[in-house]
Amino acid sequence: MQDLLPGDMLRFRRIEDVFRTCCRNSGYQEVRTPTLEYLHLFTATGTLTPSMLSKVYSFLDWDGWSGERVVLRPDGTIPVARLYIDNLSGQELARLFYVTNIFAFEGTGKENRERWQCGAEFFGGDKLAPDVETILLAEEVIRRLGIRNVGLQLSHAGLVKALLKELKLSPGEEAKMTNRLLEGNWQALTKAKSARPEVDRLIAALLGLKGKSSSFLHNLRASFPKASQDFKSSLENLLSITTLLDNLGCSYTIDISAIHGFEYYTGICFQFLAAGERIGGGGRYDNLVPLMNGDDIPACGFALYVDPIIRLLPLEKEKKGESGILVKGRALTPEIVKACFTMAESLRDAGHTAELDFMGRKESDYRWVVLVSEKDPSPFTLTDCVQGRQRDAASMAEILKAVSEG
Amino acid sequence: MKDYQDGYIKLALPKGRFLSPTASLLAEIGLGFQDYSDRTKQYRLRSARFPGLSAKILQEKDISIQVAVGNYDLGICGLDWIEEFLVKYPAGALAKMSSLNYGEGGIHVVAGAESGIASLDELSAGRSYRIVSEYPNLAEALALNLRMRRFRIFPVWGAAEAYPPENADLAVLWGKSGMDIATQGLIPLRRLLPVTAFLIANRESLENKDLSQILACFSSKLTDEPQTSIENGFDISEALEVSSTLWQAKEINLALPDGHQQPPTLQFLKRAGLALQGYSEEMGSRRPSTDLDWLGIKAIRPQDMPLQVANSNFDLAITGEDWLREHLYRFPSSPVKKLFVLGFGAVKVVAAVSQEMPVADIYELRALVQSNKFAPLKVASEYINIADRYLQDNHINPYKLIPTWGASEAFLPEDADMLIDNVQTGKTLEQHKLKIIDVLFQSSACLIANKYSLASSDKKEKMGFLTKKLRAGLR
Repeated sequence: MQDLLPGDMLRFRRIEDVFRTCCRNSGYQEVRTPTLEYLHLFTATGTLTPSMLSKVYSFLDWDGWSGERVVLRPDGTIPVARLYIDNLSGQELARLFYVTNIFAFEGTGKENRERWQCGAEFFGGDKLAPDVETILLAEEVIRRLGIRNVGLQLSHAGLVKALLKELKLSPGEEAKMTNRLLEGNWQALTKAKSARPEVDRLIAALLGLKGKSSSFLHNLRASFPKASQDFKSSLENLLSITTLLDNLGCSYTIDISAIHGFEYYTGICFQFLAAGERIGGGGRYDNLVPLMNGDDIPACGFALYVDPIIRLLPLEKEKKGESGILVKGRALTPEIVKACFTMAESLRDAGHTAELDFMGRKESDYRWVVLVSEKDPSPFTLTDCVQGRQRDAASMAEILKAVSEG
Repeated sequence: MKDYQDGYIKLALPKGRFLSPTASLLAEIGLGFQDYSDRTKQYRLRSARFPGLSAKILQEKDISIQVAVGNYDLGICGLDWIEEFLVKYPAGALAKMSSLNYGEGGIHVVAGAESGIASLDELSAGRSYRIVSEYPNLAEALALNLRMRRFRIFPVWGAAEAYPPENADLAVLWGKSGMDIATQGLIPLRRLLPVTAFLIANRESLENKDLSQILACFSSKLTDEPQTSIENGFDISEALEVSSTLWQAKEINLALPDGHQQPPTLQFLKRAGLALQGYSEEMGSRRPSTDLDWLGIKAIRPQDMPLQVANSNFDLAITGEDWLREHLYRFPSSPVKKLFVLGFGAVKVVAAVSQEMPVADIYELRALVQSNKFAPLKVASEYINIADRYLQDNHINPYKLIPTWGASEAFLPEDADMLIDNVQTGKTLEQHKLKIIDVLFQSSACLIANKYSLASSDKKEKMGFLTKKLRAGLR
């Protein structure tokens, strides 16, 4: 649990603003889902893993005598998929985005239990262009935020699933292996020796090599002609996407282990890394909408993680110096207080930022300072903090004029 | 030998099923607790051999929690209660030390014989499962690991075996063996863990305190290999054959209390002219019958009844007003309604503190808490929602609730400052040097009903007949 202080909120709002602008410019519409959802939304196979579910905040509602539990939203995508199914399924295509908090227990103290995400989801459409569109949209947001040295890693859930099938494990063993992979333990794959040396070689190649262009996938295809049909078709899909990205000049590495935590992905998976931290991720999840009793609608999307991104942005100061005006009352008499409030209101109406003070504050952070006293005939003193000049004024109109003229 | 200060090391010992084997073990390793036996009336024990060692006798369910929060350095309890705690709080301060090599049976996942569930690997994705258990955390972990799409957990105080198949699809419960479970009309699907006694420790105590003398006593007698009772191959079809009790859906379902409320309830039903077969403490049947063929009856814990009536598992139930209130405080819009009180099982629900505490009423206690003397005030209660409401209404702040499973008086004064519990005469409290500072309310047995059942056109007539008959039992 942590507070977001003024300095954090400035950066938070900047991330949000850039994200909103980019999404709107690409035709995405903003939605917001409730903080409380039913637990069963997240328990279906192919949604959250048991280890993630063991960390959700679930409880009985005030009318929960039936045993149905509610949960503090542990994930951003699943509620938006529900929103789409419940309200927008008539639409063949929906581009949606959201800024939301998600909740998960965290016992190590390294992360927060409440985390913020900026996410976008693409429901419907064909399967290739939306993949590239969402990757490029996420990349644009990151670029516009000015974050440097960001790595884009690509993986493919279909490819991983096909690889697991090649190991020919029992259903129980396969489920265990899947959970290990989803928790990030990819070395488990190398320990599971399969009967066929070709499969071991394939696993070693995928874990050991990091492709930098679609050529890597061409090489893989040529080296393992006996791979299963599922593996080949996933490889083809990844090839088409990477070829498109190559053509668009987008650089990436192919890293099979770039899938994190979620079981609902079916196709391409991607994540962005900066300064060793994951700052965003996403992918294709074609089975989620049908699994939640929606139509057979393919979908993909991504989320950017606000908390690590805040830490990467430079601390900015609130820029009062440029336009801020301090209206100071010399004393707390009813006349002066009234004059100060009226003065501030007129300044704000004219588009300026005006702050009130009756305590004698330091004036250095402001562009102008207006001192209000009971002096007759000129109760106002205007200080130009930049030029270091001072003048008396008889009316508010005079002050407004001077301030507006700069 | 080092001399420890008095009460330097605190040990939590179980009552109930593990009391006598634990007493034998302690005698064997020479910890010097001669008074630890079935006959003891006291909760607090001193070691005759180690002056620094003291012990308290607690409910097994409480021991894992009490050791984890650090009120006790060491404890002995069943693996079931340890795992129930650890599955929810894996990073908690509870450390398993070693198996003590005694215990019986295991925790099983079971289904009702006619539920149509023959294996946990073949659960249907489309349906919602109701799981009843005294171990709600283990039940939830099971549901999550089985990737159940929809599930509801009914935590119960006991009698989980009575629920399937009509009132629950699965139960997670203790059973001696697969065969033993089958004779209760249930199908054992999977054994989750064996129930053996374990020595447990508080992590911080292990890290900071010298417990070596006591641990050495234990390790002198313990083998490294825990003997778990290994069950021979068990054939599920055998279980299906044994569990031949036929279950039929009934139009009206009534829940009657098991345990110590059974004799007065039986008396009451006799007066009302409702003849029951199989409802007595000796018979122990969970499904007594009457000559009314449309009436289904089950004997379950009174604590669990309001929730079960709210869920429409039962239309009517005989429970206590205390448990109804506890339920309604948690679920204010619950469709459970009190029809009438039955005039037996009268208790007072009271707030009590140690006689040493310089307060005469709750107002003085509030002042004391405000002055930071007992802040946070630790309150032990089996009525969590009633206690919570009472403390809030009386502006006691801050406070901490310690849920108990009865016998809250054992917690005072070391592990709690106040209790909220029911009393009949108040004698027990006096024996434990406690005093009552407030009476929250009076409670007696009452008949409760589900509002929807009362209004249902299918059930209205028979509900009316039955309540009229029961009303005739009132003196």
